[in-house]
Amino acid sequence: MSNLFDLLVAGLATGAIYALVAVGFTLLWQTSQTINFAQGEFVMLPAFLMLAAMHAGAPFWLAIILGILLSMILLGLAFKMLLVDPMMRHGVLPLAIATMALAIGIKEAVKQFFSAEASPFPPIVPTGDISILGHAVSLQSIGVLAVAILAVLGLTTLLNRTSLGHQMQAAAQNPTVARIIGVPVERMILLTFLINAFLVALASLLITPIYLAKFSSGEVLGQAAFIAAIVGGFNQVRGAIAGGLLIGVLDNLAAAYVSTQYRAAVPMIFLIAVILFRPQGLLGRAEERTV
Amino acid sequence: MSGFAKPLKIALGLAVIAALIVVPMNFNRYGLFILSQWAVMSIAAMGLNLTLGYAGQVSLAQGAFVGIGAYAAAIMTTHGWPLPAAILVAIMLSFAVGWVLGYPALRVQHHYLAFVTLAFSTLAFLVFRNESWLTGGIYGISNIPRPNIFGIATNKPLPFYYVCLGSLAIVSLAVWWLIRSPWGRAFMALRENPLRAQSLGIDTRRYTLMAFAIGSALGGVAGALYAPLTQYIDPVPFNLSLSLDLLMMVIVGGAGFYFGPFLGAMIAVLLPEWLRFTEGYYLMLYAVAVMLLLIWSPTGILGILDRYMAARRTKAASALRAVAKSRLETVQ
Repeated sequence: MSNLFDLLVAGLATGAIYALVAVGFTLLWQTSQTINFAQGEFVMLPAFLMLAAMHAGAPFWLAIILGILLSMILLGLAFKMLLVDPMMRHGVLPLAIATMALAIGIKEAVKQFFSAEASPFPPIVPTGDISILGHAVSLQSIGVLAVAILAVLGLTTLLNRTSLGHQMQAAAQNPTVARIIGVPVERMILLTFLINAFLVALASLLITPIYLAKFSSGEVLGQAAFIAAIVGGFNQVRGAIAGGLLIGVLDNLAAAYVSTQYRAAVPMIFLIAVILFRPQGLLGRAEERTV
Repeated sequence: MSGFAKPLKIALGLAVIAALIVVPMNFNRYGLFILSQWAVMSIAAMGLNLTLGYAGQVSLAQGAFVGIGAYAAAIMTTHGWPLPAAILVAIMLSFAVGWVLGYPALRVQHHYLAFVTLAFSTLAFLVFRNESWLTGGIYGISNIPRPNIFGIATNKPLPFYYVCLGSLAIVSLAVWWLIRSPWGRAFMALRENPLRAQSLGIDTRRYTLMAFAIGSALGGVAGALYAPLTQYIDPVPFNLSLSLDLLMMVIVGGAGFYFGPFLGAMIAVLLPEWLRFTEGYYLMLYAVAVMLLLIWSPTGILGILDRYMAARRTKAASALRAVAKSRLETVQ
């Protein structure tokens, strides 16, 4: 029983990180029909930017700020202007392939300019356990969950409570009408790319202390976020959050109760089932685009 | 204009074929391996081009079918069966599995279909890795024999390269015939406007499944050649990235163009090798090259050619019109 509790907590913590990545993924899809196959690499890169800043002598807090800023410039601004903008009007597939190439490029660049080995990364939450309801729970998991929940709450408040958020939703739902009523659609799309870059940098900061910084670590993460986004509902922010948590928990339970060999199969079978029987996702609405 | 264009095209085609036969004769072992790999990947990409480029069904599972074909060939030939029999089994097996994988395509389309096939690809990889009684698990299957074709042993790289090239030729002819047959036209109708295709009496259900099954079967053929080419297989080459690579080949070459897969496979297999002199940077440069190409022409390499030809035809047509108009005016 205590085993199950531990698994749930650990699953929720990884799931919260998946959720952050999946939310960014769905935001890009909604505003610009970008299926970002490099999303996992987007999570991998900021940790290396922060490590590079630390190697250059910056203290940890400064490295974090620099890392987040740099990823917003590289993975937000540059990604949109250099790759997405020229390709957006040519349909989903060529852009998706271009992001696959981008994923290879980022991976190889990190391998070449940084290291092919896994590097340790300092934790932002102190390590150790605290006792909750008689169970020892790692502070790491709690910290990760807390930061992820705060980020998601912040984002949903931004989207639902502010004029900026309403403009973003309008730009995603119906760009033409949004433009007519004076929403700066282009700027709103850019904003979602910046938000995505911020979210992946945050996810990077949370997950790298647990799994180490490695050039290839984006593959698994990208796929998990991908599945989370679809399972939850490709067109819903809260769907992506639910999907992320669900996949995190499912993955941990499968590892413990199914078999370590086929643990990766469980989310996949779940994904196939969801797509076949509820293609709009568990929380999604059918063929309607909303933020 | 088309009067001399056709003999020119045929001459060009013959020259390329002759070059593919003659030039590699003094290649070293590694060069022949890479070229054989190009032939094998072209076959797999041609299959995906049928499914995606002609019938418009996105599949991220072609790598899994290459794996199915490779394991079928490896298991059978190491147990003493001849390669042609193994290829036949690989075709039937991938055809059947591809047919089943086509069923989701009847329900969901586009990116959702891509995700279903992506999940299938991962599942297939897990089976290759975990069912060690059949596939040898992570240790794989080694000592895969190369065949004797008409009594000639193909153990050396050059004869086996000709086996791959010959298979590529046979598959190319079959695909050429297929896309010009009523089936090929039905596939294109499926891609362009499924609703209208159905109202014209095309059984869209059957053709969707068929597009998947035939495309997958070609993936199986490629796999059945891949196993004796490398003579050792393990699950790693057949993971998701092979499926993504094959998709990239089709798009980069030009989806829906007959020669697209040949060019795409050339870019994906040969370009990294040509860039090897840059050492650690070669895959990075490759990635940048692919992105630049897609920004320049989202319809791939043949898309550039296609646009150029279309522009030329328009120009020629308007020139003709101008001449005709001036003639009319002089008559009046």
